[in-house]
Amino acid sequence: MIGEFSRRQFLRTAGAGIAGTTLGAMGFGGAEQALAQAVRPFRLAQTTETRNTCPYCSVACGIIMYGLGDRSRNTQASLIHIEGDPDHPVNRGTLCPKGAALLDFVKADTRLKHPMYRKPGSDKFERVTWDFALDRIARLMKDDRDANFIEKNKDGVTVNRWTTTGFLAASATTNETATLTYKVVRSAGMLVFDNQARV
Amino acid sequence: MSSYQSLDIKRRSATEFTPPAIRSTGLEVAKLIDVSKCIGCKACQSACLEWNNLKEDVGVNVGVYDNPHDLTPHSWTLMRFSEWDNPDTGNMEWLIRKDGCMHCEDPGCLKACPAPGAIVQYTNGIVDFISENCIGCAYCVKGCPFNIPRISAVDRKSYKCTLCSDRVAVGQGPACAKACPTAAIMFGSKTDMQEQAARRVEDLKSRGYANAGLYDPAGVGGTHVMYVLHHADKPEIYHGLPNDPKISPLVNAWKGGAKLLALGAIAFAAVGAFFHHTVVGPNKVSPTDEENAADLVEEAENGSPQPEPTRAG
Repeated sequence: MIGEFSRRQFLRTAGAGIAGTTLGAMGFGGAEQALAQAVRPFRLAQTTETRNTCPYCSVACGIIMYGLGDRSRNTQASLIHIEGDPDHPVNRGTLCPKGAALLDFVKADTRLKHPMYRKPGSDKFERVTWDFALDRIARLMKDDRDANFIEKNKDGVTVNRWTTTGFLAASATTNETATLTYKVVRSAGMLVFDNQARV
Repeated sequence: MSSYQSLDIKRRSATEFTPPAIRSTGLEVAKLIDVSKCIGCKACQSACLEWNNLKEDVGVNVGVYDNPHDLTPHSWTLMRFSEWDNPDTGNMEWLIRKDGCMHCEDPGCLKACPAPGAIVQYTNGIVDFISENCIGCAYCVKGCPFNIPRISAVDRKSYKCTLCSDRVAVGQGPACAKACPTAAIMFGSKTDMQEQAARRVEDLKSRGYANAGLYDPAGVGGTHVMYVLHHADKPEIYHGLPNDPKISPLVNAWKGGAKLLALGAIAFAAVGAFFHHTVVGPNKVSPTDEENAADLVEEAENGSPQPEPTRAG
């Protein structure tokens, strides 16, 4: 076939090609091509929305977490997007750069997902159960409180102080949680008590 | 008019023909960036990356707050920090401008683009890149008076801010505007944003910024991303914001005169070839030529020297 393709035939074909492209360059091509869908489809249309509070600072901005699927039995939910909650009085939908990037925080490989325990003398953390962790914390707090609790000061006045253990509370708490935390900590006699937001 | 489009198209790159819009054009939208209220927190950058499913590599610090150092195919918006000594007050002013696509009414990128439908302008004013149609020629980079589009090294396509066309199409504001904690970025109809800007300018003037004003440059027909500047008489101090942005004359020449000339030359060649063919006709090989050629071949085969070969006619 190609052997029979003469110089003349080649020139003729090339000429037809040029004529075709010239028509295209004059703008007739667009009329034939359908205008394809341009806008990226909105990706939150059928997600499950869950309200929460941003875990970073004490401002405690309201967030909406958008989860994959509709929570039906065979769909494993997974967060695909996080955005400010426009109905939340604190931030009214806005977020700071850390809050706006919360999805990375949720998906981070280094995120702490379970209680971890480093034994005395050990050089690494190992995963433990919540029961173990809470029992261990309670045991150590009780031992420390029994050993160091100050019931009366040097003048004999009752003070009920426990100064050797401190408590650092989280920021993303409701008023109710905050009240309960305060009562637990103060009723134990603990004086060193602060909020994560000031650290 | 395609029924499955959520936003109607007003202009389309490399296309003379755009179907007439039957629906009314609807709301013309705009984003207003109030530089005087910006604290440079970069929440807009975070929100932009997250909404558009983009990731930026961890960079290096070169001694400035700009991070990354320039717009990239992933970072469609960027806080640009400028330190400016105000000669009138003797104070150093820290000017922070959120850089990104301005969504010009007269988009230079769209004018320069040779790929049909790779850049479109919707009737609400948003200028959007349609990656499926992009051929990665980077003409849009030359066409842009604000130096915004960036070509990806991964897929060789051009990327920039979409003004969250996917959010606007369903009646929401852009991700950056929603996140902004100081309301330095606002979103709404262009008229509402101009009114908001007027209130801000008045406020700034009452605080001693006599030259405060709105940046909505007429050189590109106005923009759908506007700035409130405290020194609107000197936009260039805001990290080189162009004073009077215009589409490069090269683009107009290339897409105007040069294009017409080239098309004319091609048409002339085609028409000329046709008439040459009909009037003069194809070259014919005469019987004398064939005889001469045969003689030459014969002589060559016999090996006898040919002192002066006769050229075929």
